[in-house]
Amino acid sequence: MFPNQFDYHRPTTVAEAVGVLQQNPDAKVLAGGHSLLPAMKLRLAAPSALVDLSKVEGLTGISTNGSVVIGAMTTYAELRDSAALKAALPIVPETAYHVGDPQVQAVGTLGGSLAHADPSADFTAVALALDASVKAVGADGDRTIPAEELFVDLFTTSLAPDEVLTEIHIPAATGRTGMAYEKFRHPASGYAVVGVAAVVSVGVDGTVAQARIAVTGATSKATRATAAEQALVGKPLSADSIAAAAAVANQGLELNGDHYASAEYRAHLLGVYTRRALERAAASLG
Amino acid sequence: MVLSRYVGAEVRRKEDPRLITGTSMYVDDLRLPGMAHVGIVRSPYPHARITGIDKSAALAMPGVLAVIDGEDLAEFCGPLEAGNAEGGSGEQADYEHLEQGALGTPQVWPLARGVVRYVGEAVAAVVAESRYQAEDAIEEVVVDYDELPNVTSPEEAMADGAPRLYEANPNNVGARWDRIVGDVGAAFTGAPVVARARIRSQRLSGVPMETRAVAAAPDPLNQGLTVWTSTQAPHWNRNSIAEALGLPTTRVRCIAPEVGGGFGVKIGAYQEDFIVSAIAYRMQRPAKWIETRSESFLATHHGRDQWADVEIAGEADGTIRGLKMRVVQDLGSHPKGTDLAELTGRMSCGCYEVPALEFKSYGVYTNTMAVGAYRGAGRPEAAYYVERAIDLLADAAGLDPVEVRRKNFIAPFAAGHVTTAGEKYDTGDYDKALSRALELVDYAGLRRRQAELRAQGRYLGIGLASYVEICGFGPYESATVRVEPNGDVTLYSGISPHGQGQETTFAQLAADHIGADFEKVIFNHGDTLNTPQGNGTMGSRGLAVGGGALMISLNKIQNRAKQIAAHLLEAAVEDIELGDGRYRVRGVPGEGMSLAEIADASYGGDLPQEFEAGLESTDYFRPEDETFPFGTHVAVVEVFPDTGEVKLNRYLSVDDCGVIISPLLVRGQVHGGLAQGIGQALFEEITYGENGELLSGTLNDYAIPRAWAFPPFETHHTETPTYLNLLGAKGIGEAATIGSTPATANAVIDALEPWGITHLDVPMTAEKVWRAIQEGGGTQAAAAD
Amino acid sequence: MATAVPMATRIPVRISVNGTEYAAEVEPRLLLVHFLRDNLGLTGTHVGCDTSQCGACVVYLDGKSVKSCTVLTVQADGGEVQTIEGLAKDGVYDPVQQGFWEMHGLQCGYCTPGMIMSAHSLLQRTPNPSEEEIRHALEGNLCRCTGYQNIVKAIQYAANQMSGAGVSGNGSGAGTHNPQDVGDWKGELAGEST
Repeated sequence: MFPNQFDYHRPTTVAEAVGVLQQNPDAKVLAGGHSLLPAMKLRLAAPSALVDLSKVEGLTGISTNGSVVIGAMTTYAELRDSAALKAALPIVPETAYHVGDPQVQAVGTLGGSLAHADPSADFTAVALALDASVKAVGADGDRTIPAEELFVDLFTTSLAPDEVLTEIHIPAATGRTGMAYEKFRHPASGYAVVGVAAVVSVGVDGTVAQARIAVTGATSKATRATAAEQALVGKPLSADSIAAAAAVANQGLELNGDHYASAEYRAHLLGVYTRRALERAAASLG
Repeated sequence: MVLSRYVGAEVRRKEDPRLITGTSMYVDDLRLPGMAHVGIVRSPYPHARITGIDKSAALAMPGVLAVIDGEDLAEFCGPLEAGNAEGGSGEQADYEHLEQGALGTPQVWPLARGVVRYVGEAVAAVVAESRYQAEDAIEEVVVDYDELPNVTSPEEAMADGAPRLYEANPNNVGARWDRIVGDVGAAFTGAPVVARARIRSQRLSGVPMETRAVAAAPDPLNQGLTVWTSTQAPHWNRNSIAEALGLPTTRVRCIAPEVGGGFGVKIGAYQEDFIVSAIAYRMQRPAKWIETRSESFLATHHGRDQWADVEIAGEADGTIRGLKMRVVQDLGSHPKGTDLAELTGRMSCGCYEVPALEFKSYGVYTNTMAVGAYRGAGRPEAAYYVERAIDLLADAAGLDPVEVRRKNFIAPFAAGHVTTAGEKYDTGDYDKALSRALELVDYAGLRRRQAELRAQGRYLGIGLASYVEICGFGPYESATVRVEPNGDVTLYSGISPHGQGQETTFAQLAADHIGADFEKVIFNHGDTLNTPQGNGTMGSRGLAVGGGALMISLNKIQNRAKQIAAHLLEAAVEDIELGDGRYRVRGVPGEGMSLAEIADASYGGDLPQEFEAGLESTDYFRPEDETFPFGTHVAVVEVFPDTGEVKLNRYLSVDDCGVIISPLLVRGQVHGGLAQGIGQALFEEITYGENGELLSGTLNDYAIPRAWAFPPFETHHTETPTYLNLLGAKGIGEAATIGSTPATANAVIDALEPWGITHLDVPMTAEKVWRAIQEGGGTQAAAAD
Repeated sequence: MATAVPMATRIPVRISVNGTEYAAEVEPRLLLVHFLRDNLGLTGTHVGCDTSQCGACVVYLDGKSVKSCTVLTVQADGGEVQTIEGLAKDGVYDPVQQGFWEMHGLQCGYCTPGMIMSAHSLLQRTPNPSEEEIRHALEGNLCRCTGYQNIVKAIQYAANQMSGAGVSGNGSGAGTHNPQDVGDWKGELAGEST
């Protein structure tokens, strides 16, 4: 309930933020703070300094011209309420509605969530399924990191300690694309015990051209369920193909267990939630 | 607003204006000049010997005023209870034959001396200028430990050779309570139907939204201390703290200001009450300690935590022949609930005629936090076992659970009924509540719907529980009614409500019984300086016992007011009646007199000499026995076999708490009670790991139900008055909790009937249900024969 | 610095709380809830947990409903805070406060300020929420006393008041009510009998 002491920096530009991070190797970036501050209150995290991005210009906003660009400091509430996203990428506002609670949604940010890489977060899986990438700015300029390469392990990303995640890019959907995120909510924490995000595109021949299915909550980092994806590609999106994909959803994944849900149960839930996500994605194809 | 009658009316609470504006005062809201802040260093080990404590680094921290360990504190503060060392020789003993009751009560010090016995035990206290500084310094107190073998399972703790917590408690047994009545052997031998199960009532945390909190300050008026503490029984805390500090009780004033929930876990002075009081007294400066939620999970006593082996024998028609229960109560590391299993035993017959009973119980110390009272304290466990046993019997006999309940109900009684367990119930009509519930819920229709849905592959479950419980514990409660010279009424009571709403209920009673102005009634409670001796609020006793005392005072005031009115109105006292808040002469037109006019006369000095001055009475009510509320609850759930998730679709309760004074508040008590009982059935569990570490130590792990967990509750009542107090009220604080755990559990098991599942332990989490389905039935229970 | 506790620089902040501007110098680690309670004495905002779960500390920050236990005071610099103490205007309760009183939406009262602030925020976004929306919106607020039922009714009452229907509640004397508008708000209509 009482964080350790730390120094506080409130830069107004990304370059300034990067500069502070370079000078303070144990510093952490503060976005919405709804993952970092709880850890600091329990003294599970004790950074020497915080670099608050709230006053940095240009880190918020949603653009949906062609590909979608979302500023890292855009809150879940802004995603939840965005009419443009409801039209372009309905999975994003839907997921935002189910993250944490209204207060978390008011303050928590998309960039913060991805950079924190909580293994039970919702948007990590959604980012993978949407084939998102992030823009990271460091001392030597910026680079683009695909979501796939961003998540390294639990609470670990490929961002350098002095890099700031500034934007999330999501390619425009092609053809008929359906998408959905389904989660088994932990009754206490609200995090995903198992979450599955599915984005499925169907070609003109009616078969699945591309399927991206990503899981969270069950593994040490958000991960694609490639066996399930492969089970769909080239098949019509039907009850049978969905069942086949769900049956192999946990294949090749190393699953976590804890005292609320064992690895075996999570393996089972992955199948159920893959099916549910695919069914809703199929329904959303229209 | 003036009502002609307040009792029974839907009145808004008098408590609420200060609470909805954030202007009330809980302990943490108290700020005194020079107030120091206390932080507690806690043991990370379940069982260890303290070999050294280095305070130097902590003492060098900014703002740190003192660091105190168990030996330091023992110089000026005694143990929690006097304790005694009887009960064992130190050798292995045949604990089956130990005498009944609490055995060899161990001595517990506010800060550990020598040995720690649970993760979270207080080892040292840090006193600092600010809360943040205290927390910083906690990390710098270096405590060296030698780990000792630990035991966290009571069954293992009872085994010969298990690690022992206290020398005086062989096999760690700290309490026994048995009752064997009738020929139990014969009841089971040759019984057409026998069912049995090992039933777990899991460990829970009370989770009042306000954690525990203590502040203390030297008091120049009494040359002692004033202690503000978030407790349910301030008089008890005053007595304990005074004894530990070696002060007379007259020199300790204890105040329970606004208290943010209790549910049993704020009964009795805790370690920190003593630590903070001792620090404030010794340092002669105000000090405050506020428990964090994480500390609360570790160091506020837990509830339930029993294992019960239950066997029931019956005839083919469902008539009970005999009942056996062997209950192992995990006491945790130190005595808080040595009578819990006894309470379970006393209620082990539930609403039923049980011709032969064998109840045996063992309270066992383990290296976990102490287990004590939590909403119902021993009675929810009994109702859960009995109501599960009835369903097991019904299942084994192939009968509807309604039929088996009806077959065995104790017939309606209005003047006491002694059960086989030896408990004298006051009044009851169990079939009335059951019948009303079945009618309201359309039981037959629900069963039809269940069959239809099952044909579609959907699994509805319907669960019943007919409970009876004990309320209104003594030994006494007190009240003062003071009519002020201007006619306003001030009430004082030894109960200590913390959400129950007696400020409103008691004002309703004062309005009706002495003509008090409801809006102007002031109710003082929770301060040992201005209230008569009391026992606080627990065990659903506030209205039945505290209200019972109040009624004695109100009746006395009414009589005296009538005498004054009779004198002034020149009428016979028998002809004075109280109506619409006025004392009038029966059958004579006119306004009569208000209470204010009577008070004015009473304090005025113009009355004849035989009238005592003033209008005030203090009275004590000592109930001759306890009250026994009852009811029937019906839960309807749907189980989703693909994940094991359980959805509570419908919940209907019929509770009989005797006469209802405030229907709005009774409904509120029922809603909250249901939430906690359903929480036990579906969500909550305190879990320790293999090394005695607490696995469910935050609200991220321990699931108390949120708003989405419940359908709108349908709450109903029957009304069977008790003869044991002047109100006819029995108590409603715990009833709904007691009925709802078994009703919900029975509903889930009913839904799982197609898989042959006859028992599953609570909480029925999704994985547990899913596993049971995977295994296709019979987990820990089997219906025999 | 090599000492166990680095002496972090105190930071000057200016924060408007319930319409009054406050200036202070605070440690960066000081949580907003402690600033409100300890520095300003606004103790109506409560602390009920240490993991950002319970919502007893909910306040408005720049119009957003936030958990003040999970916001640093320095993050609120230059911002506007509204707490439970600022909700009633000129001695008149906000409809949400009134609803909690009328519908017996509280018992011990500890969760109530945060609960009221969350409910208030919900009604700003969604003036006529369904029961399901209300229960969803209370995800971040825990109550251990009421079973939430009367909290839901309190919010329905407030929604109704704010839309001008003028429903009266328990014990407030005469008034009209339309069960269609407020659902099962009143005992005997809610399948509740006493």
